[in-house]
Amino acid sequence: MAESKSLRVAYGEALEQLGASNGKIVVLDADLAHATMTCLFADKYPDRFYNMGIAEANMVCAAAGMAHSGLIPFVSTFALFGAGRAYEQIRNSVCYSRANVKLGLSHSGLCVGEDGGSHQAVEDIALMRVLPGMTVLVPCDPIEMVKAVNAAVHINGPVYIRVARPVCDCITKEDAAFIPGVANVMRNGADVSIFATGLMVSQALKAALLLEEKGISAAVVNFHTIKPLDVATAIEFAEKTGAVVTAEEHSVIGGLGSAIAENLVGKTGAKFAMVGIDDRFGRSGKPSDLFEAYGLTAENIAEKCIGLIQ
Amino acid sequence: MTTPERKSKSAELRKDILTMLYRCQSGHPGGSLSVLEILMALYYDVMNVRPKEPQWEDRDRLVLSKGHAAPALYAILADLGFFPKEDLAGLRQLASHLQGHPDMHKTPGIDASTGSLGQGASIAGGLAMAAKQKNAGYKIYAVLGDGELQEGIVWEAAMSAAHYRLDNLVFLLDHNGLQIDGSNDKVMALGDVAAKFKAFGFHCSRVDGHDADAIANALRQDSDGRPKFIDCVTKKGKGISFMEGQYGWHGRMINEDEYKSAMNELGGVS
Repeated sequence: MAESKSLRVAYGEALEQLGASNGKIVVLDADLAHATMTCLFADKYPDRFYNMGIAEANMVCAAAGMAHSGLIPFVSTFALFGAGRAYEQIRNSVCYSRANVKLGLSHSGLCVGEDGGSHQAVEDIALMRVLPGMTVLVPCDPIEMVKAVNAAVHINGPVYIRVARPVCDCITKEDAAFIPGVANVMRNGADVSIFATGLMVSQALKAALLLEEKGISAAVVNFHTIKPLDVATAIEFAEKTGAVVTAEEHSVIGGLGSAIAENLVGKTGAKFAMVGIDDRFGRSGKPSDLFEAYGLTAENIAEKCIGLIQ
Repeated sequence: MTTPERKSKSAELRKDILTMLYRCQSGHPGGSLSVLEILMALYYDVMNVRPKEPQWEDRDRLVLSKGHAAPALYAILADLGFFPKEDLAGLRQLASHLQGHPDMHKTPGIDASTGSLGQGASIAGGLAMAAKQKNAGYKIYAVLGDGELQEGIVWEAAMSAAHYRLDNLVFLLDHNGLQIDGSNDKVMALGDVAAKFKAFGFHCSRVDGHDADAIANALRQDSDGRPKFIDCVTKKGKGISFMEGQYGWHGRMINEDEYKSAMNELGGVS
């Protein structure tokens, strides 16, 4: 099994590698290079790294100007201050302008932990996926993170990459395909389908094992791309199993669950439930304690699955 | 451009602007008229552009950060041949490429999509940083409104422009003193803007914003390795007696009598 590591470290290493092969890559950060791990790129390619200070709005628009000039800027800060604070800059100067800007925003979701609700973006997927032209990638492990960063370079247009902070085991394979917009089936099943994204993919796999012990066959589909959504695969599994539970470390409003619901309603008769953060903010705590307190667990996913099919 | 040529050109462009706005019965007359000589100095005297090759790599770039003054820019771009002058008749209409605010993907000659105030300053900064990254010699000009300076992002952009020593970047301020709700002083006083930009590390100058020669001269000054700020003192609604200095003309529609009277002031319908 490949080495466990933080997704932000995997992100930083992927950028560092890309820097060698692609001279158009520039990286911008807002005084968080040692937290987002863009410092790895900065150390190696100081001439292509711009610390923009604690000024996210300017950073996003400046990146748009660089993209208009043929460069490929990767913008990093915490998800809340990029997708949140600089939302309208992303909306107008990046998406409306169709600027080839990549937003690799870290410290998303509850896994930020101790810093608390002011720093935990639980709404970033919703904000980013509503923007026309934006691709939204949510890698689930270090292997997918590297693939997501590389895939983003090959997309001509804005890409949002959600970068989680904790150390993660590798649950995907190096040789597995990573095609933006194509969900990865991690496990087949007949009774219920779990559609998961990001850190919840590993919880979904654990949930499938719990269900297996009870004689329930659960499929697990990894939606590493929230937009464009792999609607065909979603419908296929909804019809095949007749029941869908979504799982995400994000508000249940506007995230993966919402995106799936938007596309299943009226198209399948599958039963449906969501695991995610109810309409509330996060709070301080150890990430594992927070996941427990907010129901982001394998047990809760399994329970939701059982509730649907009984 | 000689002074008489400039005079007749500015009257002609003002007529184009008013005709566009009168036809579509929406848009922003006041700021489109105040910014005109600033854009004329840039496009007719200073900037290196190719109307038949709008994406020419080495062109100078213009970011109209006060994007609501788009009609002035459209009139000039049409005059230079970036697109046919007949297109002006479609301003703000569904089938037209001329959007209410500049759109770089729809209109030839537009270097940045703007309209959300303040963002153009930062986009221009990014264009200037990219030019330096690529060792390209072209320059980037951003035209800002005075009310726009109330946006915090402008000062973020100013700070980073000085930090990265963007001597290829010029901010020009269309300083007409008025914004939608009244004077700058009444709404949110700007204080000494040149002193503020100077404190941020800019080379600053102040000129009559309706004297294109003076603006062009200020643009040609050496900035000693610093980004440049030119405070262009203008009159909102310049050129039309009943619009001049009236904040109500920021976004007011022009009726038939007003249109005729304005065109008469400019020498009649051409």
